[in-house]
Order: sequence, then C-alpha cells, then structure tokens
Amino acid sequence: MSTTYAVRDSATMLRRNLLHIRRYPSLSIMLVAQPILFLLLFVYVFGGTMGAGLPGHEGAGDRSDYLVYIAPGILIMTVASVALGTAISTATDMTTGIIARFRTMDIARVSVLTGHVLGAVIKTGFAVVIVTSFVLLLGFRSDAGPLGWLGAIALLILTAFSLTWLTVGMGLAADSVETASNTPMFLMILPFVSSAFVPTDAMPAGLRYFAEHQPFTPIIETLRALITGAPTGSDLWLAIGWCVLASVLGYLWSRRLFLRVPAK
Amino acid sequence: MTDTNPAIEVAGLTKSYGDHSVLAGVDLTVPEGSVYALLGPNGAGKTTIVNILSTLLTPDDGEIRVAGFDVRREPAGVRAAIGVTGQFSAIDELLTGRENLRLMADLAHLDRTAATTSVTVMLERFDLVEAADRRAQTYSGGMKRRLDLAMTLIARPRLIFLDEPTAGLDPRSRRDLWAIVREQVADGVTVLLTTQYLDEADHLADRIGVLDGGLLVAEGTAAELKRRVPGGHVSVQFTDAARLTAAAAAHPGAATIGEALTLQLPNDGSVAGLRRVLDGLDDDGVVGLTVESADLDDVFLALTGRTAEAPASEEVPA
Repeated sequence: MSTTYAVRDSATMLRRNLLHIRRYPSLSIMLVAQPILFLLLFVYVFGGTMGAGLPGHEGAGDRSDYLVYIAPGILIMTVASVALGTAISTATDMTTGIIARFRTMDIARVSVLTGHVLGAVIKTGFAVVIVTSFVLLLGFRSDAGPLGWLGAIALLILTAFSLTWLTVGMGLAADSVETASNTPMFLMILPFVSSAFVPTDAMPAGLRYFAEHQPFTPIIETLRALITGAPTGSDLWLAIGWCVLASVLGYLWSRRLFLRVPAK
Repeated sequence: MTDTNPAIEVAGLTKSYGDHSVLAGVDLTVPEGSVYALLGPNGAGKTTIVNILSTLLTPDDGEIRVAGFDVRREPAGVRAAIGVTGQFSAIDELLTGRENLRLMADLAHLDRTAATTSVTVMLERFDLVEAADRRAQTYSGGMKRRLDLAMTLIARPRLIFLDEPTAGLDPRSRRDLWAIVREQVADGVTVLLTTQYLDEADHLADRIGVLDGGLLVAEGTAAELKRRVPGGHVSVQFTDAARLTAAAAAHPGAATIGEALTLQLPNDGSVAGLRRVLDGLDDDGVVGLTVESADLDDVFLALTGRTAEAPASEEVPA
C-alpha cells in the first residue's frame, strides 16, 4: 500500500506544508532577511578592504569584486537558513495532535516528512530568487551563460534537498522546539569556515585543511564557477557526492526517528 | 471484517514502562456494531489501551485483534479500518475547517468529486458551514472537537476510538457529540470510548468496562453493574411525622429525613423487594414514592474503593 500511495500522500502533505508557509509568513521572512543582512554587511562594511585582498586582482580588487566573490556563499547561506527554519517547523509540527492522527491512518507515513522537505525546497526557491535579486541589485554581473545558471539552480535545489533532510532529522530528534532552533546553527557557521568569504589560502594550516575538505567548500566553489562562467572541475563531483550522501543519511535518519515506536 | 468476528478482541494485554505496570492483563471483546465504554480515573490505563488498539503503541504481551487484524503484525490493516479521536485535538490549527477535512479526504484516497462532496456533507452535519473558511485556531473548544470528529469520520471508518471525547466540553456540546456518536452506531459503526464521566458511559454504552490500576475490575451493561452494588433505595414521603416515626420503627435499616418527612429504605430494585416495602405502608399515609437505583458513582465507589475523580478537577495528563 505504502508505495502505491506514497506519491499521492506526499503531494497531499506538500499542499499542507505550502498552506502553512502561506499562513505563517513571518518565519519565512526572517529566514530570508538573515542572508540579505549578511550580504549588505559583507559588501558595504567589509567589502572595500576584503576586495583589495582578493587574489587574482593584483591588489586592485574592490567592493564589486568582493560582491562577486561572496555571492555563491550568500546563496548557500540562504539555503542553510531556510533549512534551519525547517528544523523548527518540523519540531513544531511534531508537537501538534494531528501528527498522532496521521500515525493512526493507513497512509505512506514518510509522506509527512517528504511534505516538509518538498515544501522547504520550494520555499528555498523563493528565498534564492529574492536574495539573487538583491545580489543583482548591488551590481553583480557575470559572463555565465544559461547553462551555467541552470546548473546553479540544479545545484541549489540539490543542496536544499540534502540540507533539509538533515534538518528534518534534527527537528525530529529535538526534544523541544527551542532545541530544534539551536542544533542546526552549525549550518550557518560552517560557510564562514569555507571558501565563502575569504579564499582558504589565507587561513592557518589546520583551519585551512578543514576548510578545504568540508562539504560547503566544493559546493560553494562549484556554484561560483557556474555563476561566473568558469569551469567547475572536480569540485562538481565532490559537491554532488556530499549532497547525495547528506540526503541519503538525512532521509534514513529522519525516517527511523519518525517511525520509531512508541510515538512521542 | 466479517459478522462472525468481534470488532475488537483483546486477551492478556500487558504494558509497562520500566517497573511501572500500566496494564496488568486486560481481556475484552467488543462485538461489531456495539458501543463499549472504558470507565476509569486518570492513570487507570484507558488511553494506553486506545493507543495500543490504534497502533500508536506496541503492547508488551497479549493477543490483540482489531477489525480482524493483529495490531502488531498487520498494523496497516488495522489503520485502514479505524478512526481515532484522541484527547488532544488532532486538527491542523493553521488550516481552515474545510482544508482540514479536505486533507483527511485526500489521505483517505477519495477521488476528487467524492472528496468535495464529503467535505460539504461533513461541514453541514457538524454545523461548521459558517466557520468553514476560518482557520481552525479561531474555533471554540466545541467547534474544534466537532471538526476533530468530522475529520475522523470523513473516511467512514467501521470502528472508531474516542478517547475522552467530551472532556472539557459544555453540556450542550456534549449532547451534540453524543447524538453524533449514536448516529454512527445506528449506521453499524463500532465505538470504543473512554470516559471518566459516569453518565456518559451510562448514556452511550452497550457495555461498560471499569478500569482501575491497569485491570478491568468489572464489566457489564450499566444495569448489570448497578445491580452488583448496594446503593439502590426506595424513598417514601409521609403525610405527617407520626406516620414517619411509625414506619421508621418498622424498618430499622432505613434512614429518616425528618424535615422532608421521608424514609429511605435500602432496596435491590427487584419486584419482590419493592412489594415488601409497599406491603408495610398505609395507602392514605403516603404522599410520594420514588425508586432509585444505584448510579455509576456508587458502582465505582464499591468496585474500586474510591470515588471516581471529579471531572471538574481533572488534571491534564502529560
């Protein structure tokens, strides 16, 4: 039964989650505001100095060069920010009585979770469009062709999908909504220790090793290549690999938490 | 589900959390199309039984079949047959009443037309038409409960579990809910309900199981349970104090209520017992006579050694 109706039940649950997003927009607004604030802060406060330090510009880099440099990092932070919100909304949802009702119904149970994930991916789409508009408004221009932008969209969706499965798991594992809003914070911190805001060459050896090998760096490097029209190289496969790994682990973990008996 | 199978069959059900035993071996059978009430105070294990029968919890031990399916081995079959309305409202407060019902219709895999029709019918039946397009979080307690029950019934389950369905409702909403339950029963639906309201069990149930400390301490129809305990009496009101005194002297076990000129004689409710009382009375000396049987409060007190918890001071279980 569960396979026959898995798609239909997931679509039903997705509709439910989209209604939630529409009815409770303040959370979504907060989640989009955060990366936009970072964008403005980094471009206008640090941008002049940081731009001058960018490699490849012979010390003549400026604010607009720095905007181009951090654009992919800001977009990935947007994805992470929405994923963080999903941990909160999943944990909140689990405290409501309707979840117990779902558990007593003959439905594809994991659809409760796929509804959250698909809803979050769509929400991420909107958030990315808004943040990208800001990036363009601040003067971002690139030589990337349509293929590059399509690739960027695909990568952002994949990243959103994988981070969301992880944060759905965090939302389920959390014993309270407060915990659920704290545990995924590392997703917002990790981009700072990657190539998002400064090239990893500038970091001390140990930190640099971490920055170069953590998942956000290949994802951000691939996105940077795609939106600036540069070749992606091996980072592309690393990025896809990390995303697939996170999706599978996040899915299995979330599923196990949700199906565990006794229900909480 | 065939006619020969009871809707619910439970034998030797046990459940404990660590050292704390919640259910200590419960046996119960609910025939199809009947209403069974589990009566008991907070902590007696009522909700645990409902959670196990509705596949939310796994039992430690026992043979448990619901709608012909084993709850442990065939939970999907059980889920397809049942509807559950728990103690805490299982509605989506961010959705409107209509959207909540539509959600349930879709999850019950009704086709588009059937879903739309069912939603309209339920909104009307449950008196939610005006509120249909308002968010459920703006509903009153009674409206939320009606929506909750409508969501349970929209899939037309053959067996419904109602866990304290009227807790916290005003008397009018309670009666509305009782009427809805009776309609379901008239359609052949089997109902298992839990309650700590004794009158609710009395009004709705064909059979009542009294649950205390994880055990069924008594089972039967309301009348059978009342017969099992003392507490029934005949009240006789006299024309004057002299006759009252005389009658009281003739019945040493009776209680005199002097100012009301009334004598209360213990009575088991049988015809013979009643005749014995009547035989000792003068026709013209008596102005009124009432036969009162024990109510379920008496039953509860006699069976468990405690009064049933007053619903008004009900604690919200964690």
